[in-house]
Amino acid sequence: MATQLSPKERMQISRQTMPEQDATVRSGNFKEVNLGFSEQLALLEAQRCLQCKQAKCIQGCPVMTDIPKFVGLVAQGDFAGAAKSLLGDNALPCISGRVCPQEEQCEGSCIRGLKGQPVAIGYLERFVADWARNCGAVAADEAPAPTGKKVAIVGAGPAGLTAAGELAKKGHDVTLYEALHKPGGVLVYGIPEFRLPKAIVAAEVERLTQAGVKIECNVVIGRTYTIPELQEQFDAIFIANGAGLPQFMNVPGENFKGVYAANEYLTRVNLMEAYRKEEGSTPVLIGKKVAVVGGGNVAMDAVRTAKRLGAEQAMIVYRRTKEEMPARVEEVHHAAAEGVDFQLLVAPLEVIGDEKRWVTGLKCNRMELGEPDASGRRRPQVVPGSEFVLECDTVVVAIGTKANPLLTATCPELKLNKWGNIEIDENGMTSLPGVFAGGDIVRGAATVILAMGDGKRAAAAINGYLNQ
Amino acid sequence: MHPILAKKQLSPNVTRLDVQATRIAEIKKPGQFVIVRAAEGAERIPLTIADADPQAGTISLVIQAVGKSTKELVALEVGEAIRDVSGPLGHPTELIEKGKALCIGGGVGTAVVHPIAKALAAHGVQVVSVIGGRSKEWVIFEEELQKCGEVIVCTDDGSHGRKGFVTDAAKEVLEKGGVDIVYAVGPVPMMRAVANLTRPFGVHTIVSLNPVMVDGTGMCGGCRVDVGGETKFACVDGPEFDGHLVDFELLWDRLGTYREFEQRAASACADGDCRIRK
Repeated sequence: MATQLSPKERMQISRQTMPEQDATVRSGNFKEVNLGFSEQLALLEAQRCLQCKQAKCIQGCPVMTDIPKFVGLVAQGDFAGAAKSLLGDNALPCISGRVCPQEEQCEGSCIRGLKGQPVAIGYLERFVADWARNCGAVAADEAPAPTGKKVAIVGAGPAGLTAAGELAKKGHDVTLYEALHKPGGVLVYGIPEFRLPKAIVAAEVERLTQAGVKIECNVVIGRTYTIPELQEQFDAIFIANGAGLPQFMNVPGENFKGVYAANEYLTRVNLMEAYRKEEGSTPVLIGKKVAVVGGGNVAMDAVRTAKRLGAEQAMIVYRRTKEEMPARVEEVHHAAAEGVDFQLLVAPLEVIGDEKRWVTGLKCNRMELGEPDASGRRRPQVVPGSEFVLECDTVVVAIGTKANPLLTATCPELKLNKWGNIEIDENGMTSLPGVFAGGDIVRGAATVILAMGDGKRAAAAINGYLNQ
Repeated sequence: MHPILAKKQLSPNVTRLDVQATRIAEIKKPGQFVIVRAAEGAERIPLTIADADPQAGTISLVIQAVGKSTKELVALEVGEAIRDVSGPLGHPTELIEKGKALCIGGGVGTAVVHPIAKALAAHGVQVVSVIGGRSKEWVIFEEELQKCGEVIVCTDDGSHGRKGFVTDAAKEVLEKGGVDIVYAVGPVPMMRAVANLTRPFGVHTIVSLNPVMVDGTGMCGGCRVDVGGETKFACVDGPEFDGHLVDFELLWDRLGTYREFEQRAASACADGDCRIRK
């Protein structure tokens, strides 16, 4: 058990480094990149926390995790206590500990970041969550008394899974409907194995089913059942069916063979298991030179996947610079270390193909940064006469998604905004009483943790609504 | 799990499976499809719902065994089950309420035309079906379509019905006049030929497209087709479109994306080693 350290002593410990697979080795396999903290590293890192009374990190967390509490327990070596505290706040810490953009949230708010490096809260969260998962030592809460209220959740992604866990804890009878054949949403079709192993998602899903949550796969709400039909059977509904339709660049040649939306590329590799070359039966084109258009997490996932599938050259094509990239900093670092080639200040104009309409290149403009736009980012503008062709045989378009109309088209009473996303009030309720919504169908394309935050808040609001 | 309750070989490479899928059987409409995954690890493939029995809770899937995944499906026997069936997906067929419809089916596409013809006949629409196949044993759904109206059968070798293509017989029907709408489902070259045939007649022509698909809910964008210069997703915007606006060259082209994989998988299967998939 660690002794109490003075703040000065705490300040002297520097941030611990996450052990990771060697970059050259890992760029050829799909195993997880980050290996996780050892107990010793976790203890040292946790001792760096100053245990602020007004903890800014909690405010920075979309699910309001009591970070000083669980980190303090880690520092004392009480991993079971830390796990109980963490799991009480966050239903899916194994996942958020891996995929949250901590630098913009908890760690971005950490006081230690003002002079030096913030506490590695994400790594500690992952450590505690994995410890709990591996030990199974966290005593399950006593089963709550059934309320007799039925809740339907549409979509078994991060928002839906979180809401399901929270509602089951309150004793509600929860049914999760998933359109695909496997629960997890973007956690299984989008985020690759090397960043979030499938086994972890499966374990979290298993925990929910043990808590009494029913999961029905292959049910497409909007087709198999409509929202009005669910309203007849359930006391409340939470719609969390995700972002939906991929956006394309709307440039000539975009339908040539070898052009993928990132959703399709990643789904083939992840959900359909093309990454397991022996077992999977879904094909994916193995490009020698792969150009991924975009600068977000999805683009990083796609380009690193291309590298692992055997691309000799895996490129990011982004119209601004690394500083403006919306991707997590760690993903950009990992990608660079793995040999991803960053074509920055480059904007595609046209996909070039051969006579059989297979992709051969991407005609692009060079860009430069001008004045800041509405988002505060400097607006890229074309460098006149800079047109050039980037040679490639596969193009993956990762520039975002737009709202899927499948569900909303069959429920015209649901109020939508001009982009087709569902409008909600401050409690997460839609224009239909008892029907709540959250995650990307409300926000447009956002992050896993924001969806989880929505799930948690919606669950609280649904619980309030059901207890009225 | 979706148990297989009946199985019937319809032609040398077309098999009909009646599968338990209660909810889908209850609500499906003509033109809609399902996505099936035969077993754990198998591909997701779109299949049109050829028929349904809401009382028995079954749907009929008519499968042309051409690739590894479809061969795996038709290898399933009564008593076995399909792992995943999701649907009904896509928009139902736009049906006319009165008048005369020409329904054209080529090969396995005839199975897709059948529920359309059946629904039209039920509305009191006069149905003329023109269906074709390589030779007698390749013609399917002839008897079922006869219950909906007149049927003209065409075979390439003349072993059954008329000798020649469906477009030849369809042309004669169109020339007689009175056709209000054409529904055509079959191989891409056939649908393209039908669209070219009906264009000068000015008869609205609906085709059902079968691009490569993964999720079937609009999420992947793999099934994109060009309709009137606009990119559409066959799974959520279709699968049926105005045949006069569809870019069939592009559809045909994109269908060839995985031809090399399919050939390799098929030859590996033929060698008795289905484990090598790429």
